[in-house]
Amino acid sequence: MSEPLSTMSVDNPAAPAAPVGPGEPSKDQSASLWSDARRELLRNPIFVISSVYILIMMSFAFVPKLWTRVDPQDCQLNYGSGEPMFTPGHWLGTSQRGCDYWSHTVYGANPSLQIALYATVGIVAIGLPLGVLAGFYGGWVDALISRLIDIVFALPFLLGALVILGMLRKYSIWTITLVLVVLGWTTVARIMRGSVIAAKNLDYVQAAKALGAKNSRLMFRHILPNAIAPVFVIATIALGGFVAAEATLTFLGVGLQEPAVSWGLMISRHDDFIETWPHLTLIPVTVLVGTVLSFILIGDALRDALDPKLR
Amino acid sequence: MAPTTEVQARFGPSIPGTDPSAPLLAVEELRVEFRTRAGIAKAINGVSFEVNSGETLAILGESGCGKSVTAQAIMGILDTPPGFITGGQIKYRGVDVLKRSKEERRQIRANKIAMVFQDALSSLNPVFTVGFQLAELFRKHRGMTRSDGKKRAIELLDLVNIPAARQRVNDFPHQFSGGMRQRVMIAMSLALDPELLIADEPTTALDVTVQAQIMNLLADLQRERNMGLILITHDMGVVADVADRINVMYAGRIVEKAPVFDIYAKPSHPYTKALLESIPRVDLKGQQLNVIKGLPPNLTQIPVGCSFSPRCRYAQDVCKADPPPPLYPVQPGISSACHFWKEVRGDE
Amino acid sequence: MSDLVLETKDLVKYFPLTRGILFKTKYGDVKAVDGVNLNLRRGETLGVVGESGCGKSTLAKLLVGLEKPTSGSIVVRGQDTAKLSGEEMRLARRNIQLVMQDPYTSLNPRMTVGDIVSEPYQIHPDVAPKNQIRKRVHELLELVGLNPDHINRYPHQFSGGQRQRIGIARALALKPEIILCDEPVSALDVSIQAQVVNLLEELQDELGLSYIFIAHDLSVVRHIADRVAVMYLGKVVELGKDTEIYDHPTHPYTQALLSAVPVPDPTLRGHRDQIVLQGDVPSPANPPSGCRFRTRCWKAQEICATQEPALEPRDKSPHPSACHFAEERDVIHATQ
Repeated sequence: MSEPLSTMSVDNPAAPAAPVGPGEPSKDQSASLWSDARRELLRNPIFVISSVYILIMMSFAFVPKLWTRVDPQDCQLNYGSGEPMFTPGHWLGTSQRGCDYWSHTVYGANPSLQIALYATVGIVAIGLPLGVLAGFYGGWVDALISRLIDIVFALPFLLGALVILGMLRKYSIWTITLVLVVLGWTTVARIMRGSVIAAKNLDYVQAAKALGAKNSRLMFRHILPNAIAPVFVIATIALGGFVAAEATLTFLGVGLQEPAVSWGLMISRHDDFIETWPHLTLIPVTVLVGTVLSFILIGDALRDALDPKLR
Repeated sequence: MAPTTEVQARFGPSIPGTDPSAPLLAVEELRVEFRTRAGIAKAINGVSFEVNSGETLAILGESGCGKSVTAQAIMGILDTPPGFITGGQIKYRGVDVLKRSKEERRQIRANKIAMVFQDALSSLNPVFTVGFQLAELFRKHRGMTRSDGKKRAIELLDLVNIPAARQRVNDFPHQFSGGMRQRVMIAMSLALDPELLIADEPTTALDVTVQAQIMNLLADLQRERNMGLILITHDMGVVADVADRINVMYAGRIVEKAPVFDIYAKPSHPYTKALLESIPRVDLKGQQLNVIKGLPPNLTQIPVGCSFSPRCRYAQDVCKADPPPPLYPVQPGISSACHFWKEVRGDE
Repeated sequence: MSDLVLETKDLVKYFPLTRGILFKTKYGDVKAVDGVNLNLRRGETLGVVGESGCGKSTLAKLLVGLEKPTSGSIVVRGQDTAKLSGEEMRLARRNIQLVMQDPYTSLNPRMTVGDIVSEPYQIHPDVAPKNQIRKRVHELLELVGLNPDHINRYPHQFSGGQRQRIGIARALALKPEIILCDEPVSALDVSIQAQVVNLLEELQDELGLSYIFIAHDLSVVRHIADRVAVMYLGKVVELGKDTEIYDHPTHPYTQALLSAVPVPDPTLRGHRDQIVLQGDVPSPANPPSGCRFRTRCWKAQEICATQEPALEPRDKSPHPSACHFAEERDVIHATQ
């Protein structure tokens, strides 16, 4: 990220990077900005490491049998002496209640990542079209949507979530997702609106308009492909944010409830014992922070790779 | 007050080791490269020239030829990284600026050399009034009080013909029109009484009538103050109106040096000649515009030999082999980096 | 011979100035284009010159249909485009195409050259059958001097001059009669400008195109234009054949503008008639009464403030000039 990119200033000798002469044979078929971005990403070690980490966490969540044979609910009550036990077959030991801690760690990924994925799909599904409408049509459509965004944006996130979940009194993956979507779509809508407004005044959109292109073509051919990149970035970072948000809500008691297994629950159950058995808190915290951080780093890498102004 | 301090108060501290008889600015064999992901771009490949007091030197070239990078290197505002000065000397009155301490370099560049940029709006700080920005210069470099600094600021705005300077001194940069902003920029560059002014495309962003005003102003100021002026531009028309001597740059090298009258009457380098034939003139009808085929080279892969040879109608095998043609002396004051300068000039 | 392909009648475009966020109140207008009458004949090039803020870019947008006129009409081949429905308008646009100023921003970076040049056929599917499109694109690329094998490349793989050729190919796709060039060479390097200017001239000869050439560079306009309109603050102040405008200008603004154009010939230094204008262009939201140039004009008298001079031939001006005191003055050649 600190490496200087060749910027496109007027007198920069490195630009244009490689104008091809009229006679040269075409050497590279796929030089689209998307494939350039892909190549750039695969060369970025931070992106690769973060992606591998996320893939592992995904497999924790969706194919846990790959990682552990022990069912997290299968707790040996005779271990439940109130102390974590280290016995053969439990390489991270057991929780206070005699449940295998490694299996909890693996299975605990599932609700976090499910909620994060659903919530992200949700905010994009709501925020993207609203942002596009506001940006493209402007006028009263924009005024209406923008005010709505302002109102939702003005709600304090945590307080809003506590109040809504308190009202619903049902703490499942779906209610948590719902709350996160209701309070979170504004970011995507705002970004998309700005991005569409910037794109719609670009010369090539005007050129297509002058050719007589209809709104649908302007939208899907010219504006969206050039305006959507920031949404990928925001969505990726939001994934991380939602993993953290789920843990926070669970920790505060308005998220998932036992006997569900989740990182948030593991932290909230064991934080009282941080002095005596720190590993019980540190293990879920570590995988959680690793996941959030990886999503954010992937988002950053995407931003760098997708921004055509930097190339 | 002793005369020396009076001089200092106006011109800043004197620089030890300077030789008043040496040229005002001499650039020798300057080399600059940009180390980018795409490779090493050789922006300047051995550029030498000098400017004296009271003289206007035009550096003429297209974008990417290295003319602005030359100015940045002289001013010490090259972006490092990716830009690096890899060789050569920049001498102010015989003192190699690059070999001096950071502090001395700063002294020379702050007090003796000033620069006017193309885009005045982005060169001025938008959150301060122009008066404040000018006064700050005097406060910082000349130890003046705020009110004295402000008085000088008004004088300067007057000098660059800004109407109602006394009121406008309290305006912010965005409150000025494009031409007026460029005047403010010039006022700022003159604040510390530089001996050399470098103007990098000073009128490119301006309308033609405003361009004429600004060029007249620059020429007047230069004459009054006996400054050296380096005018960096791509505009052959502007150059014809104000320059004394011209250096034509191409792909990081100077390809032709000549006094202004000679170069337009009889260019000695094929590139200069082709450029002159490719621009339309407002006072002529039915001109045939001559096209320079191809593109300027990519600076990460400059052709061997003469870098203009792939586009040149005079080129022969010798041009396509290293070493590139040196600057051949054509006449006193004229030199050309072309093996076939005689053919180009039509001499013989 | 001299059949009209385009005519504007009292073309006006005002942009309202509004205050307030929810309840907008209008407090004025920017009079960007204010009563412009121009016509264009087949195979002819009409140059439109003026400084920034004179309304030439708004005029371009009106002509290609990117803006709707406040009043007045644009007649293309006898058809008043203002009276057309949306669909008819889309079809009428075929006939007048646009070449834009900045080759770096006028091409969609996510589309290949083939996509860009064939887009006009996608938008107007009746122009060429689907199986012909590829062949047409090939021909167009060849016509503008690009290698048709580069059809799958993206704009960032080309230089500025080549990109401008792609833009010209796109404009030619629908076989328009009129091409509106909005500063087509001002973003290009000097050595590349001539390539594009020459290409435009060759295409005109070959295809019988009519050009409206909008530019601030008076030298380029002189080179390419047959007739020239000089604009100031939303109005045409002088209109004539290129020799009339350049060699025998009669409007003071034209004279000032021309005298400021640098000529690449140092022997003319100090021998030309220089007119230095005072002050800045007034705001188009609040233009001066009468003649709009009078606040900066050395000839201005009382009548200039009260009576707006019409654009018409005058005693000392055989071609139309909007000045009460129109009189010839040569400013671009050396005076003795």
